[in-house]
Amino acid sequence: MLWVDDRCDTPCGRVRQDEDLTMKDTLGVRRGRVAVADAVVDAAAKPVAPVTTQTRVEGRAAKAAERTGKRDARRAKSNAQDPPQAHTSLINVEIDPSDPLLTFLQSETGPVEIASLPAYSPAVNRMKEQCVQVVVPLVTSGKLVGLLALGPRLSERSYSRYDRRLLKDLARYAAPALRLGQLMHEQEREARAHERLGQELHVAQLIQQQFLPAGLPELGGWHVAAFYGPARTVGGDFYDIIQLDDGRVMVVTGDVTDKGVPAALVMASTYGLLRATAKVASAPGEVLRRVNELLIPQIPMNMFVTCLVLVIDLGSGRIEFANAGHNLPYVRRDDQVIQLMARGMPLGLMPGSIYDEHEMVIEPGDIVLLYSDGITEQHNAAGEMFGFDRTAALVAAATSGDQLVDSSVQALTKFSAGVDQEDDITLVTLHRGLAGTPRSTVSFSVPSEMGNEREVMDRVAAIVEGALPEDALFALNTAVSETTMNAIEHGNRAQTALEVSVTVRRTVETITVDISDYGRGRQHETETPDIDLKLAGEQTPRGWGLFLVEQLVDRVEEFTEGDRHIVRLIMRTGDGSAIERQET
Amino acid sequence: MSLHYELGNRDNAAGVRLIGRIDRDASDTLDEAYAGVASDAPAAIELDFSAVDYINSTGIALIIALLARARADGALLRAVGLTPHYQHIFDITRLSDYIKIVQPDPK
Repeated sequence: MLWVDDRCDTPCGRVRQDEDLTMKDTLGVRRGRVAVADAVVDAAAKPVAPVTTQTRVEGRAAKAAERTGKRDARRAKSNAQDPPQAHTSLINVEIDPSDPLLTFLQSETGPVEIASLPAYSPAVNRMKEQCVQVVVPLVTSGKLVGLLALGPRLSERSYSRYDRRLLKDLARYAAPALRLGQLMHEQEREARAHERLGQELHVAQLIQQQFLPAGLPELGGWHVAAFYGPARTVGGDFYDIIQLDDGRVMVVTGDVTDKGVPAALVMASTYGLLRATAKVASAPGEVLRRVNELLIPQIPMNMFVTCLVLVIDLGSGRIEFANAGHNLPYVRRDDQVIQLMARGMPLGLMPGSIYDEHEMVIEPGDIVLLYSDGITEQHNAAGEMFGFDRTAALVAAATSGDQLVDSSVQALTKFSAGVDQEDDITLVTLHRGLAGTPRSTVSFSVPSEMGNEREVMDRVAAIVEGALPEDALFALNTAVSETTMNAIEHGNRAQTALEVSVTVRRTVETITVDISDYGRGRQHETETPDIDLKLAGEQTPRGWGLFLVEQLVDRVEEFTEGDRHIVRLIMRTGDGSAIERQET
Repeated sequence: MSLHYELGNRDNAAGVRLIGRIDRDASDTLDEAYAGVASDAPAAIELDFSAVDYINSTGIALIIALLARARADGALLRAVGLTPHYQHIFDITRLSDYIKIVQPDPK
């Protein structure tokens, strides 16, 4: 039986699957096992692909002949007359979409003798070669969905009127059932494809997230803010912030062409190459040149990576940058918006590419925006692109790095209401603070003696004096005291020889306090304290420390560096005006 | 000693004025202060925090233990003189669900 899929007007397709069908002896047909090929239309990909039908008929004539001598002789005679493939050979009938047989059968409603089918049809000729005697089109809702191809009857008589009526009835019932089967197959196939796509997207997301910075570093005197918004199909955006051995900081933003897992893998590879190269070269042009040479042998054809590398001297504000086809950064200075100009071939395209290096000084108060084309090339419902002008206008109105990120995301969300996000969106802002110099960082340490948490609290309060509103300062005090107490009591187990180290950083926008000990941090989730349970005696009255810390500061981070376990407390200063006033 | 106390009746309640810090060293002082007022089986106990400059998480735990004892003895607790910061901590720990926070008498 041949299946014809009707997903396009022209039946065409490719082999999908085999099925077995046993024809009833009641038809008096030479019984055989008939393998069915599902001819599935694949119009978009292969508009003229042939329909392939594989029909295997396993005659029982030989076995029957073994059972009775008389029949044996008759069968033997019959076999001798039949072409050999009629019994055991695999029959292949490929029906080209342009084969006139398909049009012919479309209008037939019952069994058709092979002899009455158009002799100029290649498929008909192939069926004749394979002993097909009668063809029954399976038509439902006016569409040809398959056909039954029958060989000679066991009796070797021609098909009777009764047989034909039976076949016609069979076709009438079989056609919609077949169509239903086809639709179910189609649905299953789509579900499988959907599931596969979902899994691929999940893998791509996992790869990509693995390589995005987990947190942003505190750069003395600079505030870094970032936003990464993956598109539904996951693009290849990435960014990275690398501390260089000479004390400068390298900021990288990039975008891999293509989407999904291939883009995520190239992104991971580029990320690794940039990190490795930054250890041996710090000049941005040289970094790009080397990464390009390393990437070319491994990047798939038709893929490339745009990338901007910017190296900052935090103290002087001097930046060096080079560009491999990435979007040009903007700088907001006073009321002006400046675009950093740098050109170069994207990575992975052309061996021997050279990347010019450019320099500029970022003044105190300046805000730099690095971004991917996911923002500038996003369309709205009217088909209009967000574009560079709107992006530049957001930069012009920026009051801080955080604000610029927030306003950009909001503006883009509003602009693209009702349409899908087309590509990954990456925004990285670098805001050089007015008060920001590396001297804003102060470190000290205390022995792990109970009670020293108050000393730490008082010293931190003195360092950040004037930077925080009173309520925030009190909140930070309690959080510092509690965190230090945990570091002394749990991290260092009150061993006085072990010190608790404290680093306080002040920037325009944040106060950051790192408190480190030699412990391993929390080994399991702590129970949320509940006063009802405590009063009922179901929880110990203690256990409020971490809860208070989390409630009182804007953000808490916990991580390890070497043998140190560090808890980072972050408080926003509000508008930063307090620090600016103090510095001036 | 990080914490001292003074006893004195106030507004139909047994008053305890706390002076200093409420942290791990305050345990004995709080016990002693409570014993001082509980002997009269008061209907209410007023804790005056206006001279307390520091309460940490251990201090919160001690106040909860004191609250549990007062509830067992059938006495209501109220707090006066908390700074806005410690009022906030009473709120986020939900101590304020059980201890009525009152503003200090202007007199």
